[in-house]
Amino acid sequence: MQGPLGLYNYWIVIVLMMTGFYIVIARPNLIKKIVGLFVFQTSVFIFFITMAKVEDGTAPIIQEGVNLYSNPLPHVLILTAIVVSLATTALGLALVVRIRESYGTINEDDIHVQDEAS
Amino acid sequence: MLTENLVALQVVVPLIFAPVCLLLGKSRHAWACALTVSWLALGIATLLVTRVATIGTQSYAIGAWAAPIGIEYRVDMAGALIIFIIAAIGAMVMSYARRSIEHEIAAENSGYFYACYLLCLTGLLGIAATGDAFNMFVFLEISSLSSYVLISLGTTRRALTAAFQYLVMGTIGATFILIGVGMLYMMTGTLNMMDLAQRLPGVDDTRTIRVAFAFVTIGVSIKLALFPLHLWLPNAYTFAPSVVSAFVAATATKVGIYVLLRFFFTVFGIHFSFVAMHVGEILMVLAVVAMLVASLVAIFQDNIKRMLAYSSVAQIGYMILGISLATSAGVTAGMIHLFNHALIKCALFLCMGNIFLRLGSVELHDLRGLAQQMPWTMAVFVIGGLSLIGVPLTSGFISKWYLVSAVLDAGLWPLAVLILLASLFALIYIGRVVEAAYFSKPDPTAKKVREAPASMLIPAWLLIGANLYIGVDASLLAGIARQGADILIGAGVP
Amino acid sequence: MSAATTLLTCVAVPMVMPALIAALHRRPNAREAVSLLGSGCLFLMVFSLLDDVRQGSLPAIDLVSPVPGIKIGFAVEPLGLMFALLASFLWFVTTVYSIGYMRHHHEKRQTSFYCYFAIALGSVMGIAFAGNLFTLFIFYELLTLSTYPLVTHAGNTAARRAGRMYLGHLIGTSVILLLLALIWTWSLTGTLDFRAGGILEGTVTPGIASVLLVLFVFGIGKTAVMPFHLWLPAAMVAPTPVSALLHAVAVVKAGVFTLLKVSIYIFGIDFLGQIPATQWLMYVAAATIVLAALFALRQDNLKLRLAWSTISQLSYIVLCALMVSPLGIIGGSVHIVMHAFAKITLFFCAGAILVTTQKTRVSEMTGIGRRMPWTMAAFTIGALSMIGLPPAAGFISKWYMLLGAIEVSQWVAVIAISVSTLLNAAYFLPVVYIAFFHAPPDAPDRVDINEVKEAPMMILLALGITAVGTVALFFLSDLPMALASQLVGGSR
Repeated sequence: MQGPLGLYNYWIVIVLMMTGFYIVIARPNLIKKIVGLFVFQTSVFIFFITMAKVEDGTAPIIQEGVNLYSNPLPHVLILTAIVVSLATTALGLALVVRIRESYGTINEDDIHVQDEAS
Repeated sequence: MLTENLVALQVVVPLIFAPVCLLLGKSRHAWACALTVSWLALGIATLLVTRVATIGTQSYAIGAWAAPIGIEYRVDMAGALIIFIIAAIGAMVMSYARRSIEHEIAAENSGYFYACYLLCLTGLLGIAATGDAFNMFVFLEISSLSSYVLISLGTTRRALTAAFQYLVMGTIGATFILIGVGMLYMMTGTLNMMDLAQRLPGVDDTRTIRVAFAFVTIGVSIKLALFPLHLWLPNAYTFAPSVVSAFVAATATKVGIYVLLRFFFTVFGIHFSFVAMHVGEILMVLAVVAMLVASLVAIFQDNIKRMLAYSSVAQIGYMILGISLATSAGVTAGMIHLFNHALIKCALFLCMGNIFLRLGSVELHDLRGLAQQMPWTMAVFVIGGLSLIGVPLTSGFISKWYLVSAVLDAGLWPLAVLILLASLFALIYIGRVVEAAYFSKPDPTAKKVREAPASMLIPAWLLIGANLYIGVDASLLAGIARQGADILIGAGVP
Repeated sequence: MSAATTLLTCVAVPMVMPALIAALHRRPNAREAVSLLGSGCLFLMVFSLLDDVRQGSLPAIDLVSPVPGIKIGFAVEPLGLMFALLASFLWFVTTVYSIGYMRHHHEKRQTSFYCYFAIALGSVMGIAFAGNLFTLFIFYELLTLSTYPLVTHAGNTAARRAGRMYLGHLIGTSVILLLLALIWTWSLTGTLDFRAGGILEGTVTPGIASVLLVLFVFGIGKTAVMPFHLWLPAAMVAPTPVSALLHAVAVVKAGVFTLLKVSIYIFGIDFLGQIPATQWLMYVAAATIVLAALFALRQDNLKLRLAWSTISQLSYIVLCALMVSPLGIIGGSVHIVMHAFAKITLFFCAGAILVTTQKTRVSEMTGIGRRMPWTMAAFTIGALSMIGLPPAAGFISKWYMLLGAIEVSQWVAVIAISVSTLLNAAYFLPVVYIAFFHAPPDAPDRVDINEVKEAPMMILLALGITAVGTVALFFLSDLPMALASQLVGGSR
């Protein structure tokens, strides 16, 4: 497939990335921010994984009669990145819980109002 | 045998002992463990610096997998300098920490605190030690994640929001770096920095590499709080526990600058970064604006920790300005200031910790007349402040001297005027505190306080002592920084 | 003790004295004995260096180098020795005076006063004996910082405001302009040593040299050349001994001393003549002389009047430093000494009046000469010297300055000096006149209005010494003249 849509995987990455980024910036709800952040990070993982695909290559497991494999290294890298992303999300959510406990809200604007008042 | 493994030990020792701290829990043993490891790390760092200075760049293949397939740890003079200052700050801060932590963090959380602190140390040391672009990202995230936790342990609930804000900004920055690294890999098929540097010139005229460069630059700029991407920093430094403010302010942004140096000079090369991408001009403008605007904002802060935080943003401007010149003198100046500022800011934040311990506040109006009651603590503040202003015989003066002469060498004398103007702003914001503490009558209703305990004063005074020593004789530091700068700049020339 | 060791000790003694003074803070007598002893020793040590210099040997010693190629080092040369002699002698006298003044005036925090005073004097010694411009700059900044607590000594809002003005002007000019000039000079020439004939000639164009000269003249804010002069009147909130020694002698003279050093040893007076900016800066100095004298006329507060007079007198020396005439340089350097003795006498008198009668305004001082004849006699001598009338010391320096200006046909300078002489008379003579010849006001304590009620003994003693010195220097001007001639001889 050629033309502007030939590299359709990149289009998906860009759409996901911008969606995530928009949520992080525009949503006052802290949980939604975390969700946006997660989507944002995931789009990058997809970018890495699709990048590793070699046309007509198979999964990188040594087999008789196959001599074209996809690149396994990005997969490994992303495995690490997923762990990082998971930790970030968990920590973010934990912080939201604590914020909710002490502010009674998870809305950024309300928190801001309370901070200004104190 | 041991000496060959120094590079790996530098990173692995704090990593292994982090869970040990967690197991030791809320007892004082956790602190003792963290303290021992911090001093051990400083010992290793000292050996490492001497080794790099005598033998040359140290390379270590993790798991004996040779580069470029395996992960290579590679410490040259620039990295060694960073490792040394991180380890030194870590040792000082941990020696200081016990009383302050008992006061500010609930006992059941102190085990977590020390564990996270050691992880943060691991991450920071790892960044400076590694020679692999993806590994650098991982260490960056280890240090960032643990510093989010550390900051959220602050005494007020605003520490939570500050940590959250930092988490969001920091993660976006890290993801940007990840994208950049991915694109580099896509074009070159390698992640080893030296290998990247060799392969990039063949493909650097492509859009992908340019976009990768932009992503990495912006991502790192967020991490190091380059104006105007510094918005997470003031809150984080203000509301974090005193010990954390001191540690993070002295190390995290400095390591960010190191990452920037590595990518600009080692990976992309000076020609691509500064001639093809014109990053020098952009950074220069941002640095100057940071210097002036952040200093000006600092003048209007009543919370002194926040004031120091804005001052940090301004001081980062100085370092970036030196780097943006892309000359040997400029990068040397940037690295010297990086080292000196770590010493200065750590001492100043420790001083705030002392005040918070006794007074329970770091607001300017609560500090009136404090110099009578806490003379040793305020003396630290005065000398640190003078150093920030750049008064002769302090390390700040040495930084300023090198920076201004680097700028003049590049023929940019208006910048020299702006640098000196910014240091005048520092005079104003430091002057406000000194005036309140020394020359104002204390509030009659204010409670009488005692001087901080010796365990908290001695580390602060050691830092001040180092600061003054550098102010009188900077030849050792300048020599190391010059060597580091030459390696960075030389490495970029194909 | 070798000359080089003496040199180091001269800087070190006042720097370590504060430790001793602070240790004795509960025993005022011992504390002040230490101050007196320290200042006396310092003067003797500086004096012992005189022989070396007169014989033409210039002891020097280098310490560490903070930046490669730049050393912190000390050296003796005629101008520096003259300045050090002056400052250490007057420090001793001022210490005598301070003891009377501070006790009689019941000042608070006297220990910290004596401590910072000693550090300030140590900085002055550092400036006087600095072996290169870098060392000089270090002590120049140290002097500013150590005098700041003295300016804000009172601890009230007015003192804090004055302190801000003081630091803002002095640190501001020195950090932005002087430091820039310093680093620039260094990056152009690779050295900051003081060399006879200057280091800049041949390495820079007159255009860049002009910029550098402007940076130096305004960067040395302690010279109080307009428009950076407002810190000096502001500093008058300090206790009188501080105003007397520091803001009439040590600090301000450190400024003009630095400028003289820069023009002789960095630019070289021959090169100075080829720089276009020199002429313009002379006009600025001339304008400062006249304008500050006009401002002095309008001041009713005696200390402020003296401060404005100092601004005016300092610009004489600035003028001389830029005049490109050896006679002018001699006049300027000698004026450092002559003006110092006269001005410190005047300040001592103002302080004596304050502690005895609580009066600060000229208009309140009618008939005060009858109550305090000795004080006002000393004041008269000081005033005569300021105007430049014989037999007071000010005549000598003014004479050489005028000769120098005529020698190089600087008519603007000649006019400025002459006009300001008239103005000096116009603002000093009325003080003397109303003190002696006006009837005292109808005060409730009229009964004892003609009774002599002088200031405390220590104060009288101090102001007597300086007043006698002012006259004596007219007759014994050989020493400063010899040193100043040696200075010019060396630079040719």
